[in-house]
Amino acid sequence: MAHFIDRRLNGKGKSTVNRQRFLRRYKEQIKKAVSESINKRSVTDVTSGEKIGISSRDISEPIFHTGKGGARSIVHPGNDQFTAGDKIKRPESGAGQGGDSNASDSGEGQDDFVFQISKDEYLDLLFEDLILPNLEKTQQDKLVQYESYRAGFVSDGVPSNLDVVRSLKGSVARRIALSGGKKAQLKALQAQLAEMLEAKVPDQLALAKLKDDIEQLEKAIARVPFIDTFDLRFRNYQKRPIPSSKAVMFCLMDVSGSMDQATKDKAKRFYILLYLFLTRTYKDVEVVYIHHHTQAKEVDEEEFFYSTETGGTIVSSALVLMKQIVEQRYSQQEWNIYAAQASDGDNWTDDCAKCTELLERSLLPSVRYFAYIEITARQHQKLWHEYEKLSEIHNNFAIKHIVDVDDIYPVFRELFDQSVEKPSGVS
Amino acid sequence: MVAKNCAKTEHKAASNVLSDGPDWTFDLLAQYEQEIDRVARHYGLDIYPNQIEIITAEHMMDAYASIGMPVNYAHWSYGKKFIQSEQNYRRGQMGLAYEIVINSDPCIAYLMEENTMPMQALVMAHACYGHNSFFKNNYLFKAWTDASSIIDYLLFAKNYVAKCEQKYGVTEVENVLDSCHALMNFGVDRYKRPQKISMQIERERQENREQHIQSQVNELWRTLPKSETKSSQPTQRFPSEPQENVLYFIEKNAPLLAPWQRELVRIVRKISQYFYPQKQTQVMNEGWACFWHYHILNHLYDEGKLTDKFMLEFLHSHTNVVAQPAYNHPNYSGLNPYALGFNMFMDIKRICQSPTDEDRAWFPDIAGKDWLETVHFAMQNFKDESFISQFLSPKLMRDFKFFAIEDDEKNAFVSVSAIHDEAGYHKIREKLSAQYNLSNLEPNIQIYEVDSKGDRSLTLSYLPQQSIPLAETQHKVLKHLHHLWGFSVKLEQVDDQGARHLLGAYPEQPKGADAPLSSIVI
Repeated sequence: MAHFIDRRLNGKGKSTVNRQRFLRRYKEQIKKAVSESINKRSVTDVTSGEKIGISSRDISEPIFHTGKGGARSIVHPGNDQFTAGDKIKRPESGAGQGGDSNASDSGEGQDDFVFQISKDEYLDLLFEDLILPNLEKTQQDKLVQYESYRAGFVSDGVPSNLDVVRSLKGSVARRIALSGGKKAQLKALQAQLAEMLEAKVPDQLALAKLKDDIEQLEKAIARVPFIDTFDLRFRNYQKRPIPSSKAVMFCLMDVSGSMDQATKDKAKRFYILLYLFLTRTYKDVEVVYIHHHTQAKEVDEEEFFYSTETGGTIVSSALVLMKQIVEQRYSQQEWNIYAAQASDGDNWTDDCAKCTELLERSLLPSVRYFAYIEITARQHQKLWHEYEKLSEIHNNFAIKHIVDVDDIYPVFRELFDQSVEKPSGVS
Repeated sequence: MVAKNCAKTEHKAASNVLSDGPDWTFDLLAQYEQEIDRVARHYGLDIYPNQIEIITAEHMMDAYASIGMPVNYAHWSYGKKFIQSEQNYRRGQMGLAYEIVINSDPCIAYLMEENTMPMQALVMAHACYGHNSFFKNNYLFKAWTDASSIIDYLLFAKNYVAKCEQKYGVTEVENVLDSCHALMNFGVDRYKRPQKISMQIERERQENREQHIQSQVNELWRTLPKSETKSSQPTQRFPSEPQENVLYFIEKNAPLLAPWQRELVRIVRKISQYFYPQKQTQVMNEGWACFWHYHILNHLYDEGKLTDKFMLEFLHSHTNVVAQPAYNHPNYSGLNPYALGFNMFMDIKRICQSPTDEDRAWFPDIAGKDWLETVHFAMQNFKDESFISQFLSPKLMRDFKFFAIEDDEKNAFVSVSAIHDEAGYHKIREKLSAQYNLSNLEPNIQIYEVDSKGDRSLTLSYLPQQSIPLAETQHKVLKHLHHLWGFSVKLEQVDDQGARHLLGAYPEQPKGADAPLSSIVI
């Protein structure tokens, strides 16, 4: 007699632990695939997961097995034309020669082992070990928004917050407390009275006293009010601060003649990473693109990355524009402000001091984090040296030097590395 | 009165017929199971009690990932398999099995929830009666596996591995398991029956074993003064005879393994041993199960319990399962074990019931005998290799139109050595039987020698058959072997004249006597 068990409702994901083991083991390869994939994404595309390919040679499990060659004999079904002694030209690379069982595990197939990881897994891998700069400080210092939440009951409040059930519960309790004893007494007296009335010759005097007592008691009980202000309970609401879930990211870039498309592409990758990173923590992230040569201008994404301008470079113009935009549109009470500036380091010599001053006076106090990346293969320029001094003082200001595309992800990681106490540093 | 009677008989007939679904319910499953059970007993099938579990597609993929077992230790390769089958299933490149059945007592069978009622009946007859009776009665399973304790043992293994992971770290455990998996096929005793395994005894013994084994290993460390060894003692080889069970040798003799690592080697070895009979009886096992689902359901149909609709669906599935495409068919991927096995058992029945003169000449022992007794005898006492060489009839070879191909790399062509004719029957039968001989399929690799007086290096020998070389992956496997052994390992090929030459070694250039002790880390 068989025993039937319905396992359909049993938990899924029995293999989850094994899947995680797999991801853990090939973390290096998967991470590499992940960091390569960001180059193919648009700045604001964060909703999709990612397809990961690992070379199947890397994940093969080797065993001893026989290779090609030697003499084999195989029996096939379905003979339609052969007789013993026939000689047949060897089929190309064993095609059509099924039955040779070692094709799959020989590791010769160059196909990648491709699988899908979810959006969360993707982002986790991408930003593993990274923290948002100054996040803690945000929560302590800038309590920018409030939300109401229920916080029990109070005895005082506006009528609209009256909780009827609670109030009536209080009323019942109070009435029991105030009249319970008397009611018991009343019951006892009534029983006595009934007993007395049953007697053949009632004691009229005692009877009258008893009736009087009963009357007194009934009055006392009736005096206890059905509901009293004492019973009223009001729902209590309190406000608690929540950190703002809004962030704005300023992308500042030099588009003067010295910046070529390759340099801009490198900068773009950095912005993508920053954007992805911010969307992990903030619900709404706005992006403001400011490009500049001798003058700064707010532009859209397309123009920001692909317009070509020429001319000299005055970095401070972009900082001034950013300051204006912050003042006009992004009050720091409401917005978490992040900025990333990319440049090849060229600047008008006199302008550098002005930049430092602008940053120190007006921008750095209001932004969460300001990152400057210099994308150049040359020696550091004057702007770098100015900023270097600044980064030593302010820990929400960091500068990094990027030469090649491959540097971007490591540099980004370094900028936001959890283990580094002060996000600023000198490369 | 007449009308009343009529209604009554009609009602009776209707209640006799089992509903053909297509949706199944647990009540219906139980009814079918009862009927199948009755018929199976009628045919003398001896089974373990059945435990039938209904699972979803997701569960089925979980089961795929853990080699079909309900519990297993955690390992990344199972995760890889899960991801693979999940991907293939989602893309529609692969259908999932209708059932999985486990050689355990009680016999656990998983049925997919999306099967129709006829499919459920088919897989119950197939797995819960066909495979089940095979597991219980075939001599290989009887001798080599212990159905009552396997689930307990896997549970022990799972907990033990988890405990080791906590104690020594996931990576450490994973490294050992990886290396063991690489040698899993060489963790099997082919001729010596292993001890029964069960969780209680296993747990009790395990701790004693740790100490005991460690003391045994010291044989390798024992050294006599050098001068004496060289002069007086004739060099005695260790091990004295070549060892086929590489993992067993490692477990007992690897000098540097910690006790818990030895236990892991043992776990992998035991599981490998448990699955060994299944590899050796694929054709018979599937053939037997198909033979019985076919007979049981036909018997029920003859009794009038099944509808025509049921039978049509059943026959459709059955025909798909036992189909054998020809060698030049696009779907051809070797011999279908279901087809070969099913047809062989049907053929045995035919030989018993209506033998031809040819059958009488070829099978004098079984021609005209009781068919039921004969198929049971065949099921109980053979494995694929011997089953084919014993029972493959000329008629079946003609039906399958078998032909044998010789593929020798020395020639520019392949040749046909035999076909399904009078001259070829014996040859084809012999070759097909050899094709299912596991020792022909897996390379013959044995532990040859440990240099116990010198650098403790381990030497394996490969004996090629028909000069078939070893595949390149051997270098990686050697690396794994080295990880377990702790000292350098060598693989030598032995040619026909008995001369040995080096195939591979790890580390690549074996150092002198001072092999670094720290080399245990890959």
